[in-house]
Amino acid sequence: MTATSTAHTGPVLAIDRLSVTFATDVGDVDAVKNVSLDVAAGEVVAVVGESGSGKTVTAKTVLGLLPETAVSTGTAILNGTDVISVSGQKMRRIRGRDVAMVFQEPSTALNPVFTVGWQIAEGIRAHGKVSKKEARARAIEALTKVGIPDPEHRVDHYPHQFSGGQKQRVVIAAALALNPGLIVADEPSTALDVTVQAEILQLLRDLRDKYGTAIMLITHNMGVVADLADRVVVMYRGDVVEEADAATLFADPQQDYTKQLLAAVPHLGRNSASAGAEEGGEPSGKLLVEAKDLIIEYPGRLGTSAFRAVDGVSFAIPAGEVYGLVGESGSGKTTIGRCIAGLNRATGGSLKVYGHEMVDFKERTFKPLRKDIGFVFQDPAASFNPHLTIAECVAEPIAVHEKRSPADIRKRVDELMDAVHLPTHFGDRYPHELSGGQRQRASLARALSLNPQLLVADEPTSALDVSVQAKVLELFKEIQSEFDFAALFISHDLAVVDMLAHRVGVLLQGQLVEEGIGSQVMTHPQHPYTQRLIASLPVPDPVMQAERRAAHRAMFTT
Amino acid sequence: MAEQQTRSWWLRLPVISHLRKSVGVQRVMLIIGVALSSLFVLTAMFAPLIAPFGYAQTSDESGRFGAQMPPSAEHIWGTTVGGFDVFSRVVWGAQTAAMVIILGVVFSIFAGVILGLVSGYLGGVVDRILVVVADAVYAFPGLLLAIVMAIVISGGQSGLFGGIMAAAISITVVFIPQYFRVARAETLRLKAEPFVESAKVVGTSDIRIISRHVFPNATRTMPLIFTLNASESILTLAGLGFLGFGIEPTSAAEWGYDLNRAMADATSGIWWTGVYPGLAIVLTVLGLTLVGESMNDLNDPRLRGRKRARKPGSGQGPLGRSKQTVPTAEDVDGTGMEATK
Repeated sequence: MTATSTAHTGPVLAIDRLSVTFATDVGDVDAVKNVSLDVAAGEVVAVVGESGSGKTVTAKTVLGLLPETAVSTGTAILNGTDVISVSGQKMRRIRGRDVAMVFQEPSTALNPVFTVGWQIAEGIRAHGKVSKKEARARAIEALTKVGIPDPEHRVDHYPHQFSGGQKQRVVIAAALALNPGLIVADEPSTALDVTVQAEILQLLRDLRDKYGTAIMLITHNMGVVADLADRVVVMYRGDVVEEADAATLFADPQQDYTKQLLAAVPHLGRNSASAGAEEGGEPSGKLLVEAKDLIIEYPGRLGTSAFRAVDGVSFAIPAGEVYGLVGESGSGKTTIGRCIAGLNRATGGSLKVYGHEMVDFKERTFKPLRKDIGFVFQDPAASFNPHLTIAECVAEPIAVHEKRSPADIRKRVDELMDAVHLPTHFGDRYPHELSGGQRQRASLARALSLNPQLLVADEPTSALDVSVQAKVLELFKEIQSEFDFAALFISHDLAVVDMLAHRVGVLLQGQLVEEGIGSQVMTHPQHPYTQRLIASLPVPDPVMQAERRAAHRAMFTT
Repeated sequence: MAEQQTRSWWLRLPVISHLRKSVGVQRVMLIIGVALSSLFVLTAMFAPLIAPFGYAQTSDESGRFGAQMPPSAEHIWGTTVGGFDVFSRVVWGAQTAAMVIILGVVFSIFAGVILGLVSGYLGGVVDRILVVVADAVYAFPGLLLAIVMAIVISGGQSGLFGGIMAAAISITVVFIPQYFRVARAETLRLKAEPFVESAKVVGTSDIRIISRHVFPNATRTMPLIFTLNASESILTLAGLGFLGFGIEPTSAAEWGYDLNRAMADATSGIWWTGVYPGLAIVLTVLGLTLVGESMNDLNDPRLRGRKRARKPGSGQGPLGRSKQTVPTAEDVDGTGMEATK
């Protein structure tokens, strides 16, 4: 910890009684109330909380990035300067030199029309006159620090020539360019795949160890916290609920909210749906979905060949069974789900849904089967027509397929709302008046409205907070055993899939690399990719995670 | 819940909801716009009561008005070269303008929105042809197109109904591509939305998807284009009249025609024949544009001004709005705060 730019003793950042209020159309909203926290040099402090807890607002205050509608009081001392009362001009000098930010989405944080070298140098040039040559040399140095191979050459590349994980490395390099004492990382790994996330976390840890950079880590992922943080600040609705070392917090949480939050985190290997199940003979029920060497291609533009999203995948879903499909972005898992529901077209091999061939299917012959397939979408906010009430949305499939009186339909809607544990009067509300979890329940009610035997759930919980996710998953499990439908459960999260699915398939770039009973795949993965995937998943327990990290370190050397 | 909605439905109407969430300069602009526009609408509605004379009247019991008479007690804004009362012509002109705007814009909304929905939703060859046609129409100068249409429809000059229809249809042709493009763009966006896909998954027919799921969500920006186009269509109408392709003076009063007749007067110091119709055009266009522009700014949470928040910890400040109103999706947009009730 020698290269720190700070000569100060004491904390790099000291936030004292910070309050932030936003002026909105529904009146003033207190986003942050009386929050105090310190970040010492070379320390990783994680600020954890669910959406709306004020964690991002706190982070943005440190960089003076709050919108005009916000008013803040209290102090946030950064290297001896209070960033709340400081002028805009002075703040610009502080940014980059004393504090830098790493954003959530690396593809939007970089400007596509400039080379990465130029973008890193931009920050350097903003702080004093630097020759072109020197700025370039320093950009290369920053890229070297974050482990971009061949930096002398890559410095002249444009963002689209880098992969998602590499882009995030570039963003971190830009943040590092001026050796700031503090890096504020706002969900730095949330938009990345789990294997890439592990690499980025490793990089952040290395930076702290080598250069003594303090990191303020904003995240909702307890696994990430356990992996990286020294100290944890738990926030809830603008208040700090609890503050402790990572080890203490995970081992012995004091506040009820923290306990709830930790309990809600899915834990690989606990609560497996297929615990004790064994590979045994032919599946009992009728096969609802049968894929044989399924190929799905997206037509290319003129002159380019078609893109093969799914390549020779075979699996089967018998009645009443939950099949989990796991994979990272671009693995083709969503494409398979959409194909089963008739939203995409299969191009080769064979995909039979209720015995109906989906390769080159005709809408007319498939239409009668549509009512037997339910679909739950990823984003509960977008999957409801904002102009219809929840009851109307849930009743829509019934109205399309069955001629029933309005009172009769409403009765059915009430039954469904009851089944998903929503008060029936919520039916008269509009989608935006419900919270994310409530909406996803309503979405489940809609999917079940025609009593389908098959449900396709495409990442139904990934847009939700952990505690809400836990409740929705529980509900899914309960309803599945009650209605006994078969389901294709698509997710990027192994732990979530393990909680629900009997059988699991692992997709890698359109190919099914491993398939088997859920608990067996999780405990004894055969394919190297599955092993890597499971090793990357951070476990919400610092001690255990440190062991796992040491064991798998070879996989993620940067 | 239901009771609350019936009580406040009118508060969610386009202009009124905008007025409620505006502050400062934006509010002043909107109020001036609304005032000028209502002045225009009221004048148009009550023209027979306001105007002392008919639009084609050149004499009364006391004899002929006389040509180019300066403003006096009898003719407060004077008379024109043809012996018409300027004040009455301006008032009646508002009525003609209002009728042309309403007909023209309503026609183009109907045609444009339906074409846009169908074209955007179905896509394929139909879509490509319609887009090319719309682009071609868009590329023509609006006024030229309107002149051609006026000649085709009415041979250039005609009576009240024919003239108004000709002007309205000329304006329709110019504006259809605008509504078409907006409706099509919205449809393309909505087509990829999960709620439309979820309707597809259950086997909903295309017509039901378009009418129930796409259409109500595609009309958000329509009031805005309506006001902006209304001002543009007044200019088109006035342009037609000015160039002599409008309505005959004996069929209806029309500002553009009056301006045309006043051209020669301007050089001989007779100002009143030109200034008043000109002022009427300017103020009406200004009023409608202000309403449209303010609505545009207020619809966008990033452009919308807000009252400054009270200092945190200084006790409960007055809430900007009553607590009963349910936040709409738009309200939530700008702040990232989710309404969790």
